[in-house]
Amino acid sequence: MKTTMFRAALATLTATLAIAAAPVFAAGKVNVHLDDPHINLKDQASLQRGARNFVANCLNCHNAQFMRWGHLTQIGLTEDQIKASLMPNPDGKMSDYMTTTLDAKDAKAWFGGVPPDLTLVSRSRGSDWLYTFLRSFYVDPNSPTGWNNEVFPNVGMPHVLHDLQGSQVKAVVGEKEAHGKKEALTKLVVERQGTMSQIEYDNYVRDLVNYMTFMGEPARVKRTQLGVIVLLFLTFAFFAALIVKREYWKDVK
Amino acid sequence: MSAIVLNEIDPKKRRALVIGGCAVGGVAVAATAVPFVGSMFPSERAKAAGAAVEWPIDKLEPGQLVTVEYRGAPHWIIRRTPEMVAQLAKNDALLADPASDGSKQPASAKNPNRSIKPEIFVVKGVCTHLGCSPTYRKELAPADLGADWPGGFFCPCHQSKFDMAGRVFKGMPAPKNLEITAYRFEGDNVVVIDADSKGA
Amino acid sequence: MANTVKEPIAPPVSGPIGQVIVWVDARFPLMSLWKGHLAEYYAPKNFNFWYYFGSLAMLVLVMQIVTGIFLTMNYKPDAKYAFASVEYIMRDVHWGWLIRYMHSTGASMFFLVVYLHMMRGLMYGSDRKPRELIWIFGCLIYLTLMAEAFFGYLLPWGQMSYWGAQVIINLFAAVPFIGEDLAVWIRGDYNIGDATLNRFFAFHVIALPLVLLGLVAAHIMALHEVGSNNPDGVDIKKHIDPKTGTPKDGIPFHPYYTVKDVVGVVVFLALFSAIVFFAPEMGGYFLEKPNFVQADPLQTPAHIAPVWYFTPFYAMLRAVPSFFGSAFWGVAVMGAATLILFALPWLDRGKVRSIRYRGPIYKWFLGAFVVSFIILGYLGVVPTTVWGQIPNALPIIGGVDTATVVSRILTAVYFAFFLLMPWYTKIDKELPEPERVTY
Repeated sequence: MKTTMFRAALATLTATLAIAAAPVFAAGKVNVHLDDPHINLKDQASLQRGARNFVANCLNCHNAQFMRWGHLTQIGLTEDQIKASLMPNPDGKMSDYMTTTLDAKDAKAWFGGVPPDLTLVSRSRGSDWLYTFLRSFYVDPNSPTGWNNEVFPNVGMPHVLHDLQGSQVKAVVGEKEAHGKKEALTKLVVERQGTMSQIEYDNYVRDLVNYMTFMGEPARVKRTQLGVIVLLFLTFAFFAALIVKREYWKDVK
Repeated sequence: MSAIVLNEIDPKKRRALVIGGCAVGGVAVAATAVPFVGSMFPSERAKAAGAAVEWPIDKLEPGQLVTVEYRGAPHWIIRRTPEMVAQLAKNDALLADPASDGSKQPASAKNPNRSIKPEIFVVKGVCTHLGCSPTYRKELAPADLGADWPGGFFCPCHQSKFDMAGRVFKGMPAPKNLEITAYRFEGDNVVVIDADSKGA
Repeated sequence: MANTVKEPIAPPVSGPIGQVIVWVDARFPLMSLWKGHLAEYYAPKNFNFWYYFGSLAMLVLVMQIVTGIFLTMNYKPDAKYAFASVEYIMRDVHWGWLIRYMHSTGASMFFLVVYLHMMRGLMYGSDRKPRELIWIFGCLIYLTLMAEAFFGYLLPWGQMSYWGAQVIINLFAAVPFIGEDLAVWIRGDYNIGDATLNRFFAFHVIALPLVLLGLVAAHIMALHEVGSNNPDGVDIKKHIDPKTGTPKDGIPFHPYYTVKDVVGVVVFLALFSAIVFFAPEMGGYFLEKPNFVQADPLQTPAHIAPVWYFTPFYAMLRAVPSFFGSAFWGVAVMGAATLILFALPWLDRGKVRSIRYRGPIYKWFLGAFVVSFIILGYLGVVPTTVWGQIPNALPIIGGVDTATVVSRILTAVYFAFFLLMPWYTKIDKELPEPERVTY
């Protein structure tokens, strides 16, 4: 009887977890395969390159208004390095937040909206999404900026990194069946090579996304490291508690 | 018959197990307390905002005091006149701790002048009694402070008196001399107040 | 009590600590509380896996209160600063990320534990006479917990916080006649804003925790008055050992169930820590992705869903169509789904308490109830289009989202479990209960 109940409970839990494993926010998203950037938050060289890429490209228009410059010491940079090679304002302090010099009013006038804050974008969109997004711009004559994006159709942002990547176009490479209708199968192909090869560009974006993933949650490395210790301790505590329990329950007849 | 049968108990073993179990639990509770207690210390932002303060002193006139905010507390930088410095040596009889043995200051300022350079006096402007900020009374023998007032600081809250080196007078509510936060000079004309530098 | 002479009770330890206990006990009912609720509270010896969740709920309650206090030290209940203050906690406050994740994970785990605890009640008839009041206090705790979670979810001031609150408050606007004014009154403004955030903060950090603590005390006092039920649903007080005067199948809660519960606590903490340290977002279920974007009153996220623990009721709400131009029916159904729990002890006409001796009909109904609750929970998180549409060609139901139809059926199953209970529990073929508990 005891085991039946236990099994019933386990079955319920398993069912709940199985449902939990299904993707939640699948709706409203464009159905594009997202590439995995292979995030490695312990690769400080990559994080430092990514921070430079971020400051050089993103911070011109976007804020990271919940991130302080001082937090960059966590990826192995010294305060002097941060001041000398990253901070746009040499008189700034480590307690300053990473904000853009672009005025919100100007942004509205020029781009039709304030560029979103990027501190947490790796958490709201996901690293895979960012990595794919930044590599999926293509030339679109119908768009106001001249650019469009596979994973974010009609995105307001132009392809800021096109000097590096070059320009891609959407080319028809075949046909596919979908919902009983024939649809054009398209693929992005490089039309004009930028200053980087495709691999170099992918690595550049990977560093950037790696950094943005760190920025989304600076405590993440510490979190998982501590987690291992806590779980090891709890495993030990479990056996300790079990021994005490068994000793006392010898009395129960 | 009851559900509990207490016959084959080894009390020693049971006691040892309970103590062991409590020890493991105690470790767990102590370890859990660490983040909660830790979270109440100044945050990383507060620490970054409490970084060193630099202050140029080239424009400071003799006898002039400037108040600089450092970690939320007033800090004074004073360019003492030679007369003021000379007066300091004569004050010992009035003072509770003339050699500053029982007071807080960096080693570099533990001298009769309580400063790195005799004329430049840097001190935290907070009374050691209950935290009021004393007023600067550099004039000699004013009517309200008496004929033997050698110039110094007077706390309006509970009338504690300090001399021009922040040393407290005898019989005052304040127990100690004014505290000196660690500072250093960058070149001749910039004072850097930085509690973490240990006054090096 | 006050006029009778108190018999001194021997302290559990001798020496100076014992003397302190004697001193206190002369002035405070320390030993009688200790004995009445722990050392001489006789609980049935046959508790199984399902009996861990009561003490675990207590543990999570304490954890939520402690982590909540420490979050309050750095959180700012101001629409301008709330979101930034949460990120400040996550980045700048020492261990702030851990305290915050404990609190956010704790919220979900609280519901998980409470749902399993309620499931135990349904399985073993823990709501039945004489434990009706325990069940009612429990239902009140559940309702308070839902309100507490709802108020708390606005505080991070993310997109989900904002739009989730928007939807829920607008449910009140569906109340006939007074609805619009009621919604404005709840918000304290014409839209969710600083005033709403401030009052939600007050409710979340002080008002509802006080109510919750009071209800938990009442829940436990009522339990210890009548004694715990057990997996066999039989009364252990029927068989008293004449020598000791205690139930023959009862064992003192302390030390036997304290040492047993500690094992459960450690297992629970391992699961809890695994989530906190390795998956605090839990795939978007515990911390929803759009909530990493600051609240923007001008832009609704593409897909909004409440946090998972509300979704069964949310799915019911969406499943009910509006009649006579009023959306109130859905709200009424959702409200009824929670309130009907209170009636459970009186709906059940079975002669036995435990599912072990219930007939097959109850087992099937309970199974169908649990399955529909879980599937409704799933359907509440996903868009109604998740399973496509029923083709237009079909009569009557054609052209509707499949998920909506399924939700309607499951909502009916949910209510059928309760409303048909007086009938099916009466005709069910029950097995004879044993005299004594099986161990």
